[in-house]
Amino acid sequence: MAAYLAQRLLLMIPTFIGITLISFLIMRLAPGDPAELRAAGGVGAAAGGGISIEKRGAVDEAMAQWRAQYGLDKPLHVQYAVWMKNLLTLSFGESFKDNQSVWDKITERLPVTVKLNFWSIVVVYLVAIPLGIYSATHPNSLGDKITTLAAFVLFAVPLVWAATMAIVFICGGDFYYLFPPGGLESLEFSENWPLWKKVKDHAWHLFLPVVLLSYDGFASLSRYMRAGMLEVLRQDYVQVARAKGLDEKIVIYKHVLRNSLIPLVTILASILPGLIGGSIIIETIFSIPGLGQLGYESVLARDYPTVLALLTVSSVLTLIGILISDILLSVVDPRIAFGRRLQ
Amino acid sequence: MSRNQATTAALRSVNVDVSLDAAETGGGLWSDVWRRFKRNPIALAGLYVVGFLALMALFADFIANDKPYYLEYRGKTYFPIFRSYIVSAKLGQWPAELLNVDFKKLDGAKTVFPPIPYRQTNINLLEPVEPPSMKHWFGTDKLGRDVLAGIIHGSRISLSIGFVAVGIAVVIGVILGAVAGYFASWEDLVISRLFEVMLSIPTFFLLITIAALLPPSIFLTMAIIGLTGWVGIARFTRNEFLQIRNLDYVTAAIALGVSNRKVMFKHILPNALAPVIVSVVLGIAGAILVESALSFLGIGVPAELVTWGSILHEASTTTFAWWLAVFPGLAIFITVLAYYLVGEGLREVLDPRLRGLR
Repeated sequence: MAAYLAQRLLLMIPTFIGITLISFLIMRLAPGDPAELRAAGGVGAAAGGGISIEKRGAVDEAMAQWRAQYGLDKPLHVQYAVWMKNLLTLSFGESFKDNQSVWDKITERLPVTVKLNFWSIVVVYLVAIPLGIYSATHPNSLGDKITTLAAFVLFAVPLVWAATMAIVFICGGDFYYLFPPGGLESLEFSENWPLWKKVKDHAWHLFLPVVLLSYDGFASLSRYMRAGMLEVLRQDYVQVARAKGLDEKIVIYKHVLRNSLIPLVTILASILPGLIGGSIIIETIFSIPGLGQLGYESVLARDYPTVLALLTVSSVLTLIGILISDILLSVVDPRIAFGRRLQ
Repeated sequence: MSRNQATTAALRSVNVDVSLDAAETGGGLWSDVWRRFKRNPIALAGLYVVGFLALMALFADFIANDKPYYLEYRGKTYFPIFRSYIVSAKLGQWPAELLNVDFKKLDGAKTVFPPIPYRQTNINLLEPVEPPSMKHWFGTDKLGRDVLAGIIHGSRISLSIGFVAVGIAVVIGVILGAVAGYFASWEDLVISRLFEVMLSIPTFFLLITIAALLPPSIFLTMAIIGLTGWVGIARFTRNEFLQIRNLDYVTAAIALGVSNRKVMFKHILPNALAPVIVSVVLGIAGAILVESALSFLGIGVPAELVTWGSILHEASTTTFAWWLAVFPGLAIFITVLAYYLVGEGLREVLDPRLRGLR
C-alpha cells in the first residue's frame, strides 16, 4: 500500500509538469504576443482605433518596457521557469483586462462554481444510484428498458440545446415564467429577508443550472451503476448469500450494493472535467458569475494570465481528484495496489 | 490505470473470443457482426438515420437550393445546379444571361426547383424572424435566412467536423495506445503520463482557449477537436494491446522474428479493433456535440457560416423565436442519438461478455 502510494505520488510530478508545459506553450505560441495585445487593448481603445505614426513610437517604447517588466523579452524556457516559480507560490500575476490580481478574481468567483457543481454532483448521485439499483435488480424488465432508453436519450441531448430550450420556453420569454433566466438571486434580494426566503430564492435560481449540469452525469452514472451491480450480482458470494436463505433485500443492500459502489467513487474524478466544461456553457447562458463565465470572458478577451491560471488550477485540481479517487479505490479494493505491483 | 477498471465495469472490452466465435458460426467476423447487429431494431434504426443524414449532407445542394434543377429560358434548356458544380470546379462558366441572376425572377422561364428553394446564405431582410409557414417550413432567422436550408446545409459542417476530427483522433490514439500497450515499459510510462495530463486538463476549456487564439476556421476546428479527443481511443487500444500481447500467437510471431511494427499493426491491431470501432462511432457523436457547443459560443467556426450551433445561439438572444431553438437543436440531438445507438449496438455485438445477457 505504501509503495503504491509513493509510486502514484512520484508519477504525479511528470504529469504536473506536463500540464503546466502544455498550458504555458499553448498560450505563448499562439499568434500575437501578450504585449501587443495589451497595447492594442489599452492604447487602441484610448486612441479610439488606429494608432498614428507619432504615437506608434511611444507605443513601441511602452511595449518594450512592458515586456521587460513581465519578463517577456527573455527566452521561452526562462519565462517558463519564472512562471513555474510564481505558480508554486500561487502568484498568477495581474489580469490584462483590468489589472486586478488574477488570484483575487479566481477566489472571488470560486464559491459560485463550487456551489453549482457541488449540488450537481449531489443530484447526479441521488438520481443515478437508485435508478442503477432498480435497473440492475430488474434486468430486462419494462422499467429497466425504459430507464435504459431514457438514459440514452438524455445522454444525447446537447447541453446548449437543453439550456436554450429552457431559456425560450420556461424562463420568461413568450411562454412560461417558471424559472429566472439568469443570475443567482432576485433583483429585490436583500440580506434582511428571513432565512427561508433567502434559501428559496437561491434554490429557485440554482434549480435549472443544476439540473442542466447534472442530467448528462446521472444518465451515464446510472448505466455504470447498473453494469457494476450486475457484475457483482453474478459473483459466487452473492449466490452463497442467497443460498443460505438471506432476505433478498439484505443481499442487495448489504452485500451487493457496497461492492458495486466502488467504481462510482472513481468516476467522480472523471466527471469533474465534464462539469468544468458544462460550467462554461451554463454560466455563460444563465449569466452566473462563476469561474466558467470568467474563463469564457477571459478567453474572448485573450487575457493570458487569467486563462493560464484557470487552465492550470482546474487541471491540478482534477489531477488531485484523480489521485484521491485512486487512493480511495485502493483502500476499498486492495487488489488494485497489489495488482499494480505484480505488473 | 486503476481508473480503467471502473470504465471496464461498464464498457466491457473485447478479447479474442470474437474470432473464435466467428469461426464457429461460419463466415468472417464482420458478416457475423452484421448478422447480429441486424437483430437489434433500435440500433438498426440508428443506422438508417445515420445513413439518411449522410445522404442529406451529400445531396444538400439538391434538397435546398435557390437554383432550379431544370430551367427553360429563352428557348434554351439548362440544369443550373449541375452547372454550379461545373463552375465551381472551374471547368466552365455561367452563360452570360444567367450570370448573377435571381432564378426565381426570370421572365417567362419554366423551372423545376428543389423542395426547399433557398440556400442557407440567402439573406432576405424583408422576412426577418418569421415563424414557420408554408413558405419557410422551419421559419427564418434574424437575417431572413431559411432555417431549414440552414439545417440541411449545416449537416455538412457537423458531419465533416465529426468525421475528420475523429479521424485525427483515431490516428493519434491508435498509434500511442499501440506503442504504450505493446512495449509496456518506459514507453507505457511516458504515454500513460500523457493520458493523465490530457484527462486532467478540462478538455472543453482547452479547446475554446486554442480555438479562440487561432483565426476562425473549420479546418482548424476539426484539428483542435481531433488533437484534444484522442485519449479515450488511446486508452482502449492500450488495454487491448496489453491483453493481446501476452497471447501465444503473438509470442510465436515475435519468436519467428517478425518485426515489432508488423506484429503491432498486422497481428495485434485487427484483434484490438472492436472497442476502437465502438469508440470511433461514439467519438463522432462527441465531436458533433463539441462543435455545436463551440459554434454556439461563437468560437472556432467562422461567424458567417450557418451551423446548427450558430442558429441555436440566435435563439438564446431572440427568445420569442422558438423555431430557432427547437429545430437546430433537434437536428443535433437526432444525429448524436443515432450515432450513440449505432455505437451501442456495435458494442453489444462485438462484446462477447454481453452475449449471454440478451
